[in-house]
Formats: sequence, C-alpha cells, structure tokens
Amino acid sequence: MDDTDRRIVNALQGGFPIAERPFAAAAEALGLEEADLLARIKAMRDDGVISRFGPLWHAEKMGGGLTLSAMSVPAERFDDVAAIVNSFPEVAHNYARDHALNMWFVVATERPERIAEVLAEIEARTGLAVHDMPKIEEFFVGLRFEA
Amino acid sequence: MKIEQSERGSVERPGALAEESQARGGARPALEGQIIDTIDRAIVKATQDGLPLVERPYHAVAETVGIPPEEVMERLERLLAAGVIRRIGLVPNHYALGYGFNGMTVWDVADGDVSEAGRLVGELDFVSHCYHRPRALPDWPYSLFAMIHAKERVAADALVARIAATLGPLSSGHLVLFSSRILKKTGLRL
Repeated sequence: MDDTDRRIVNALQGGFPIAERPFAAAAEALGLEEADLLARIKAMRDDGVISRFGPLWHAEKMGGGLTLSAMSVPAERFDDVAAIVNSFPEVAHNYARDHALNMWFVVATERPERIAEVLAEIEARTGLAVHDMPKIEEFFVGLRFEA
Repeated sequence: MKIEQSERGSVERPGALAEESQARGGARPALEGQIIDTIDRAIVKATQDGLPLVERPYHAVAETVGIPPEEVMERLERLLAAGVIRRIGLVPNHYALGYGFNGMTVWDVADGDVSEAGRLVGELDFVSHCYHRPRALPDWPYSLFAMIHAKERVAADALVARIAATLGPLSSGHLVLFSSRILKKTGLRL
C-alpha cells in the first residue's frame, strides 16, 4: 500500500459518482488515470485491504430485518459452532470477542420475520442459547477510517 | 485518528417500535416500511458482492438486471437519497489498515437516559456505530453500545476513557469487548 493507495482509501469511502464512467470521474478528482484507479482498487480488493466496493445497502430501509446476537460457546466447540453460524447466508458478520458471550453476529434478512427463524435454527443446530439484541435506537453509523 | 463524518448527528428513531415487539420470537415490524420494488431488488442482488470493477460498472449492472443503464443510475440516485443505500464507495478492512484494537464498548445506562446518552456518545468523532439495545438482566445490564477502533491498546483505552468522561454519572458500569477474530464478514445477502 503506497501513498496513492492511502489517498484512494481515504477519498472513496463514500461519494463514489453515479455516472457512465464513474472511475474516470473519481480518478480525475484524485489526479489519477481511470485505468490506474481501477487497477489499484482491484489490487487492494484482491489483497484484502478493501472488503468490498459498491453500494452499502440499509437492510431495514429495504423492509428487511437486522439484529445483533450473541452466544456463549464452549472453547472446545468454538470452531464447529462458528461453522454452523456462518453457514447461514443471513449471517452477515460474525466476530469472536473476549467475554463469556464470545461469539457476536449480525443477522440480516429480507423479511423481518425470518430473523426469529434463523436464530431458532441456530439454537436447534448448536444446542446453545442465542441472546438477541436488536437495536432499539440508532444514534450513529458511518465512521470512515483513515488509511 | 483523523476521520470524516457522513451521517453524524442523524438519529433514526423507529417510533412505533415498542420494546415488547422486539422480544424474541415476536413480530418485528419493518422499521421504516420503505419497501423496494422488484427491479430495485434485482439491483441489490447484482451489487451486493460489489460493483463490477470495469470502466462502466452501472452499464454492467444494467446488463445483468436487463434494464437500460440510465434507469440503473436513476434508481441508485433515488435509493441513495432515500437512505436505502447508506453510501457508495469502498469499505476498508480496518485490520489491514492497522486497526487491531476494535472494541465493542457497552454501557449500563438507565432506560430514561439512553436517548440523551446515545446522542452524546454518537457525537464523539471516533465512535463508528452507536446503538441502544435491550439489556438482558440479570447477566447483561448494558443498554448502550458504541464501537471504537484503534491501532494500539493504549489508544483504545484512551477512547474508552473519553466515552466514560462523556457519560459521567449517566453510566453505572461498562465493559469493553475486543474482537479477537473476524469469523465472517460478507455483508448483506438477499
């Protein structure tokens, strides 16, 4: 990752143009060539520096369901349980955390009622309790990281 | 850590969302009730793995969906304006950028104080997400969640201390749960 890559990461965490040639427009603003910008974004995506590139969809505004859930998973079963939880396409993110509740995952579904079904299926397949903590109020989402 | 802010200060409050409707197994209302149509859905499906990294990405999406590129761009503009798209751009892997200390800070704030506490913490420029979530007594008294990110442990501790100072007596206890491993990070899938 060089200084140009850092400038790209810092500049393009939002506001990517909607236009016929958006990379050309974004490249011009950065003083780069379109082909160079595309190549650098591809390389950073392939290297894992960029998790994804595109629209960030808001599940609830699409009429879908979203929740954060946590489980206390015995250490010796951790990887097996992670595999079960991750096998659900509705599980969008899953993090191991240092606490008795050591597995925290976000479930996003197209239909709100599917949330309860997914959590019940996870409980049935793991034999472990799932603690559901859906948001009641959102105060802020959207920090951008400085590369 | 220098950061830019996009939506700070905008508070979403699902008004009709009664606490009991959030109970496990209960009906969950669509929070905003803003339902997308079938063409929007097809655009979501075509872009949920990301935009094609080609010179004309929206034209490529249009070809996948089977509508004119102008319509793809018009719909994206509308969905962005409506907040159905939070933003368009890249999502960095913060671990790859050196942010190794990613903490979910959770705070025991009385129900009547959570909105005020959340507004104060949500305004802190280093907090990436801030939510009120239901506590699960007796084991889990924490109702306010705020995510922090730092490159060093000492910096993370300083951020937690700033939240604690901001909340003062509004919080009667807190924990910091650092993530030790990303088990999955794919984002939304229809």
